[in-house]
Amino acid sequence: MHIQRRFLMAGLGLAPLAAPSFAQGAPLKIGMITTLSGPGGYIGQDIRDGFQIAIDQEQGRLGGQAVQVLVEDDGFRPPQGKAVAERFLRNERIKLFTGVIFSNILGAVAPDVLDGDAIYVSPNAGPSNFAGRECHRNYFVVSWQNDSLHESAGELANRLGYRRMFILAPNYQAGRDALAGFRRLYKGEVVQEIFTRLDQTDYAAELAQIRAARPDAVFQFHPGGLGIAFLRQYAQAGLLASIPQVMPAPSMDAGTLAAVGDAAEGVNLSSHWNSDFANPASLAFVAAFRAKHNRMPTYYAQQSYDTARAIGAALRQTRGSIEANPFRTAMLRADFASTRGNFRFNTNQHPIQDWFSLKVERVNGQLAIVTKDKILENHADVFAAQCRI
Amino acid sequence: MSALVVEQLLNGLQFGIMLFLLAAGLTLVFGIMGVINLAHGSLFMVGAYAAALVAQASGHWWLGLLAGLAAAAATGMVVEVAVLRRLYARDHLDQVLATFGLILFFNQGITMLFGRQPLLVQLPPGFAGSIEIMPGLPYPSFRLLIIAVGLLVALGLYWLIQHTRIGMLVRAGATHRDMVRALGVDIRALYTVVFGLGALLAGLAGVMAGPVSNVQVGMGEQILILTFVVVVIGGIGSVRGALFGALLVGVTQTLLSGFVPGWLRQVMAGSEADALGAALSSMGVYVLMAVVLLVKPRGLFPAHA
Amino acid sequence: MRNALPLAVLLAGAIALPWAAEALGQPATIGLATRILCLGIAAASLNLILGHGGMVSFGHALYYGLGAYTVGILWEHFRLGEPIFGVIPGSNELLVTLPIAMLVAGVAAAVIGALSLRTSGVQFIMITLAFAQMGFFLFVGLKAYGGDDGLLVRRRNLVPGLDLRQPDQLYWLCLGFLVAWLFLQWRIVGSRFGRVLEGIRQNERRMAAIGIATYRYKLAGFVIAGMGCGLAGALTANELRFVSPDLMAWQKSGEIMVMVILGGVGTLLGPVVGAAALVGMEYVLGGITENWQFFLGPILLAVVLWAPGGIMGLLGRGARRG
Repeated sequence: MHIQRRFLMAGLGLAPLAAPSFAQGAPLKIGMITTLSGPGGYIGQDIRDGFQIAIDQEQGRLGGQAVQVLVEDDGFRPPQGKAVAERFLRNERIKLFTGVIFSNILGAVAPDVLDGDAIYVSPNAGPSNFAGRECHRNYFVVSWQNDSLHESAGELANRLGYRRMFILAPNYQAGRDALAGFRRLYKGEVVQEIFTRLDQTDYAAELAQIRAARPDAVFQFHPGGLGIAFLRQYAQAGLLASIPQVMPAPSMDAGTLAAVGDAAEGVNLSSHWNSDFANPASLAFVAAFRAKHNRMPTYYAQQSYDTARAIGAALRQTRGSIEANPFRTAMLRADFASTRGNFRFNTNQHPIQDWFSLKVERVNGQLAIVTKDKILENHADVFAAQCRI
Repeated sequence: MSALVVEQLLNGLQFGIMLFLLAAGLTLVFGIMGVINLAHGSLFMVGAYAAALVAQASGHWWLGLLAGLAAAAATGMVVEVAVLRRLYARDHLDQVLATFGLILFFNQGITMLFGRQPLLVQLPPGFAGSIEIMPGLPYPSFRLLIIAVGLLVALGLYWLIQHTRIGMLVRAGATHRDMVRALGVDIRALYTVVFGLGALLAGLAGVMAGPVSNVQVGMGEQILILTFVVVVIGGIGSVRGALFGALLVGVTQTLLSGFVPGWLRQVMAGSEADALGAALSSMGVYVLMAVVLLVKPRGLFPAHA
Repeated sequence: MRNALPLAVLLAGAIALPWAAEALGQPATIGLATRILCLGIAAASLNLILGHGGMVSFGHALYYGLGAYTVGILWEHFRLGEPIFGVIPGSNELLVTLPIAMLVAGVAAAVIGALSLRTSGVQFIMITLAFAQMGFFLFVGLKAYGGDDGLLVRRRNLVPGLDLRQPDQLYWLCLGFLVAWLFLQWRIVGSRFGRVLEGIRQNERRMAAIGIATYRYKLAGFVIAGMGCGLAGALTANELRFVSPDLMAWQKSGEIMVMVILGGVGTLLGPVVGAAALVGMEYVLGGITENWQFFLGPILLAVVLWAPGGIMGLLGRGARRG
């Protein structure tokens, strides 16, 4: 009865006869568990839409294999995500999963998926435990390891010459990874560290402490709706002019920028991708996304698109099979043109990639996120050393 | 006093005022009609959405304010006439179930109509900047506006309740409900008016919250439970109690989350202190409520004799 | 019992459910049904104090969460091989974890009940909520046990002779506990103790006037209900293999209360029926439309307005008419 639910019937039977097809019979089912409700809902929307762009480009196929993506909402609640995973595994007999946005939900979902001998390919969350000791043969991350986002921000703060930083993040797995990651490469002094609540909407108390501490700059990680509220209140409190901000990409995506408006001008970001990248894969993706959805893709959409392309590249080599060993070998080759340029998998099956500094600036009167310099080259996470696959 | 303490006190005051706007309506409905209305947070959300949409479309924040107030009051009165009126005679349990159903309906309805993206409301012209209230302490003027509006509302309610005929009926209704009914007062109309007033205040809170935090689905439930805490601490049915309860809760919550982690960090490791401090500061107001109820079960300013 | 036959049919149907689910190619339904059974135990235990004792606890999920966390924490220490506080060893034996979970929930209910029962009415609703919120934020802050992210219970507990990794065996185990709990509650309600509770619900002053120490009876009822919820939580932790502060959030308390009211306050099977109806509607409506809450809300409203006494009241009227 839930078969009709939120499915992207991926153009079954629409594929032109000329397209190479290995598929015999039923399409390959891919289970996408993502957050579609609540403040993070628009992120799930971009994860879903980015993935679909890659499928559209092959007329309903990935790597020549016809696919059907089943999308379900985890409601931003770990138990709900777990229940969906169970149903996908047992009722639908799905063996390939993707889509989870938040690390705490992934922490609940991934063990079930992996224990059920299925494969998980992450388009966003990359918590430290799964990159290190608990790494797994069937677990791949195409986006980044959580800490890398913040290590790059730490390096950016070094380059901008900030000696005293005030750092904040929500009190959950990815937030703790964020502050630990920032400290790893940052060479200056952290004057104060604050964990906010994941359901917080008013940051007045934290802003007062920032004002009192008089840091050179603020590093903050607040994804989605949290970031919008934080930035606007930061500007309203009159801090924007006196204390600059450094942040990782999730705190400022195209959606946040549109919502925050002028309050975002001058913010420094670190990211692995930006919508102004000039490589052919990125240009094609951005054009296709804008044509279909009439909005700029966020980097969530980009990661999801790359995830679909990575899966597609593997499926092409295995001729549509997702039997664990051949699929893994094919996956690790990462034989696709990533929208971010350099991309390969590390031994822990997380990316090795470059990181860039970005800045929110006015271009022809419009605020835009503009790519500046490369700040880290072929950057890998530190947890790979603990991983024994 | 250092600038930090002053700023945190102001933050607490402003948060308390927001709670008061919500709690004032809730405590009247609770005290006079004996209804537990879990959907009060939905009226807060309706006000915020209407204001945001109208302000976006028209470009005028003040038009949005009017729209938010009107939408919340109208929604409140429709809900009262269509649903709650049938529940006055029922016990609290039926009211809980029914208003829980209303929450689901409103939240999903708004999602269907306006999507999942949080809405953006610009600050009203003239209140976008900040005012230096102490040397080295600029404070956002919009937050000062919230405080001023809240205090005006408190004064207005005091006048309304103490010096008007409706107020007299409200006071009488809160203490001797059956007697008022027996005296032939059109209690149904009174109830609808009081409910509409409560909804209007919730809508006002929603409108004022819009430019500060996000206008999004579920925003009402985040603040609803604290509103109930305020009502119970202040004393059910007492507007004066709601004001003092709200300020007490707002200031306590803000000061705890502002200072406890810092103190803890002096005695224990940084990350442990942060996690524990966040937990303790969130627990603070509930400890406060439990203590108040144990010492004064009817709240600080009981309305009922 | 005059209802023996329908009950026997119902029980037989419940026992046969896993086979039916397999046959229909919907094996995940077993997990769903297990969750309903666990929530049924929680709702039934709330009903003991709410329906029979007139105590509206808005913090009942606290004991549910405590039961679940007991299993989770014992597992965590078992996994790490480090005793709790250096004294109490961890465990993954259900016969150990389950009684401890009930004990922990019972002790918490005794302390909280002893304080809360000094109030009544709306104040009682709010003070139970206050204590539950304190517990919720305490576990959010307990970084050692995962904080907000929760705690993973990688393997289900062991029971001699059973393999709980098999969903049908866990289901039958939970079914057994539900039946046992309902039987116990049926006996309690019919006993002198139960009649005193009922009397307190109807008129506490009168019960006090005839010389009954009502506070002690209420407290005893509160503790039994807390232990029942602890049992439900411990089973839930095994079913989900995951515990998080969500399990004791006020929304969960509300959900359990909604189940009781929806099914029928003060009836034996009502809370279980309510749990099945609420979870079932979520699942079925959720399968039809993304906007299932938009339809579930008015359904709940309709039940209140036109079916006082909940689903059991509706069934009872139907039976009388038929």
